[in-house]
Amino acid sequence: MARPPVEKANKRKYMLEKLSGRVFLFCALLSVISLLLIIGFVFFKGINPFVAEGYSFINFLFGDDWVPSEDQFGIFPMIVASIYATIGALIIGVPIGLFTAIFLAEIAPKKVAKIISPAVQLLAGIPSVLYGVFGLAVIVPFLQNNLGLAKGQSLIAVILVLAIMMLPTVVTVSETAIRAVPKSYREGSLALGVSHIGTIFRVVVPAAKSGILTAVVLGMGRAIGETMAVILVAGNSLIVPTSLTDSVRPLTTNIALEMGYAAGVHQEMLFATGIVLFSFILILNFVLAKISAKGGN
Amino acid sequence: MLKKFKTFGLVVIPLTILLSACTPSNDSESSNGGNYTLAISGSTSVGPLAEKLAAKYEENADINIEINQIGSSAGITNATNGVSEIGMASRDLKEEEIANGLTDQIIAYDGIVVVAHPSNKVDDLTIEQVKQIFTGEVTNWKELGGEDMEIVVVSREDGSGSRDAFQEIVGYSSGELIRNSIVASGNGNIKTTVATNKHAVGFISFEYIDESISPIKINGVEAKAENVLNGTYKLSRPFLFVYKDENLSEKGQQFIDFILSSEGQKVALESGVIPIK
Amino acid sequence: MRSFKDNVLRGLLWLAALLTIAILVTIVGYIFYKGIGLISFDFIFGDYSPTGGGGIWPMIVTTIYTIVISLVIATPIGILAAVYLQEYAKQGRLVRMIRFATESLTGIPSIIYGLFGAVFFVTTLKLGMSIIAASLTLTIIILPVIIRTTEESLKTVPRSYREGSLALGNTKLQTLYKVILPSAMPGILAGIILSIGRIVGESAAIFLTAGTVAALPESIFSSARTLTVHSYLVTQEAGDIELAAAIGIVLIVIILILNLLATLLSKILNKADY
Repeated sequence: MARPPVEKANKRKYMLEKLSGRVFLFCALLSVISLLLIIGFVFFKGINPFVAEGYSFINFLFGDDWVPSEDQFGIFPMIVASIYATIGALIIGVPIGLFTAIFLAEIAPKKVAKIISPAVQLLAGIPSVLYGVFGLAVIVPFLQNNLGLAKGQSLIAVILVLAIMMLPTVVTVSETAIRAVPKSYREGSLALGVSHIGTIFRVVVPAAKSGILTAVVLGMGRAIGETMAVILVAGNSLIVPTSLTDSVRPLTTNIALEMGYAAGVHQEMLFATGIVLFSFILILNFVLAKISAKGGN
Repeated sequence: MLKKFKTFGLVVIPLTILLSACTPSNDSESSNGGNYTLAISGSTSVGPLAEKLAAKYEENADINIEINQIGSSAGITNATNGVSEIGMASRDLKEEEIANGLTDQIIAYDGIVVVAHPSNKVDDLTIEQVKQIFTGEVTNWKELGGEDMEIVVVSREDGSGSRDAFQEIVGYSSGELIRNSIVASGNGNIKTTVATNKHAVGFISFEYIDESISPIKINGVEAKAENVLNGTYKLSRPFLFVYKDENLSEKGQQFIDFILSSEGQKVALESGVIPIK
Repeated sequence: MRSFKDNVLRGLLWLAALLTIAILVTIVGYIFYKGIGLISFDFIFGDYSPTGGGGIWPMIVTTIYTIVISLVIATPIGILAAVYLQEYAKQGRLVRMIRFATESLTGIPSIIYGLFGAVFFVTTLKLGMSIIAASLTLTIIILPVIIRTTEESLKTVPRSYREGSLALGNTKLQTLYKVILPSAMPGILAGIILSIGRIVGESAAIFLTAGTVAALPESIFSSARTLTVHSYLVTQEAGDIELAAAIGIVLIVIILILNLLATLLSKILNKADY
């Protein structure tokens, strides 16, 4: 008589187990669903003008003129601006960030590093808008008044803001990578009579290469995707920049500036701008995956 | 296969219930008249005036007025497709917009003023000169009687009512605008940019005039309300509230009535624009 | 010759570190210097005023709304997803796909999330520019963070705990909520705190989904502006650097407190390891 309830309870337990496993699976699949939805919606909206309304994708990518009210949509100036701004920020931000990371991991007294490293990490969490506020309040007037530019809102201002913004990311990630290099590497090199600095640059840094590359790619991702901080200092002009002092409009800025009031084809073209940006990021992610796969080996 | 649907149902159904449980509570709140939300969106030129009018009106009325400053074109679009009850525009409606069934109500008039940095000696331009500046024919202040320095043009974004109205009166198109002009979204942004750059020239609504920038006369006429009214100052346009008749609620109509009343028009006068009466 | 090169390099290392510190101290210092004069009780708790001189209370409330709603949705989903990946799934193609998706979500710039939120939540689901639309967008943004940190902390729960519990006759599910999740709790909390930081710092995605209404939100279906968006708008529109910096101080203090909490929790977590 006592058996059936137990069996029943067991059955219920079993059912619950099975069910919960499926609920968990569904939750895990939600991130896949979200990604597919995001890609789906952005691509669906962005491809429409080229598929259904006869706009040329080549003219979109390589056209110089972006005049939505006159039905002209060319984003070449923005692509160039995004690429220049990102590369420029890397040229300034990576060496400074990497050297700071080496300093913190290898040279600084432990006590000093213990204070500075968390402080730098903290700065990675500061809202990027504040870097833009600083850029507009300090960097733009500096360029105008001290360097005599006609307008401070320029490619160089964007590059400086992005370089500063990526510093904490580059420092934190490369510092972790450098610290992860086994002690025996250093000891071996030192035992061979190589100096401390020589050891750092010839042994430790090459050993931490994949981690440092990850830092660079992450910093790059942050730079190319940054929007609001850039709007404040870019000037948003629609020209292909030919010098550092030209004001520019990167891809992200174009979307945020015009999304508020765009409708119809204009809005779809902003999604198309998003696709181009998305493609850049996907390429970066792919590179990152390659790097971490190599690091794993 | 069936089991998969069950799992799906288990997650989706509670989610739907949760969401639908939230929705009616909001609806009932607004429909019992306790606190009606009036959604208004559009021009950043009309926005500050609308905010002041709303603040004054909310003192005595049980209503919550929500104002989104997103530019004239977006406001007109929102009013057309019902996202907002009322749209704000700082330019005349285009033919196709009227064809979409929009009604417009002028709530005030406003002037557009060309502004430069306070240190700039140039204080009077002809409309033709303004056009030459914004189309890039003239690129140095020297040619306009000022110092020998580059002109930095600051324009509003495509889709701004002020920009549309300005371009129409001055007589150039978006395609002709000088390409390296700084594009600023919003009147405030233009004012700040011009106020901090001695090379700059831009255009803003009368409401935004203050000592941080220097207003420029057009054909020798000062940018003042009375000059707009007597027709000597040409750079002016209407401030519109646009709506679809079927979307306009009683509460919305009452707000418009308040704006057109002498009390509402007094607020308009105080905020620096030109009342309709 | 070698030692000369060494000295140059050593000098450069010092220079870079000093430069980094100088830049970061300058930025934070500048924001505090510019903004501190505005900070007062009335500023934090006062209502916004369109004519200037008002407070930022409506933006604080909006920020809290977005934090609470997105956490309420993302936390359970994220934890359960991590549990699936760590405790239930057989490592294989499906898990690789889920991991790939989660990692890809981390890399997407927030403006793309904003575009998606604007077309999906705002337009397609007809939620309008609203707190709820922004919060749902934020949910997707923080989901990978919660999944990753939960997974990390599940990894630290010793296998012996699981085996002990199972040996006592507990089912897998009972083991999960009686043993595994409680011991992983500090790590999960750290993930939640990181997510709050991400939400507080977010601007572009919220800008496109919640709108910019500067008023106390009536409900979660109201359009509103968060602190970060407010600091952007006052800079952009009014050029009011002092106000933007004062909001910046509030934001930095929030981030600082969150970081301290996270550090504290990870210390607890490390102790639990022994």
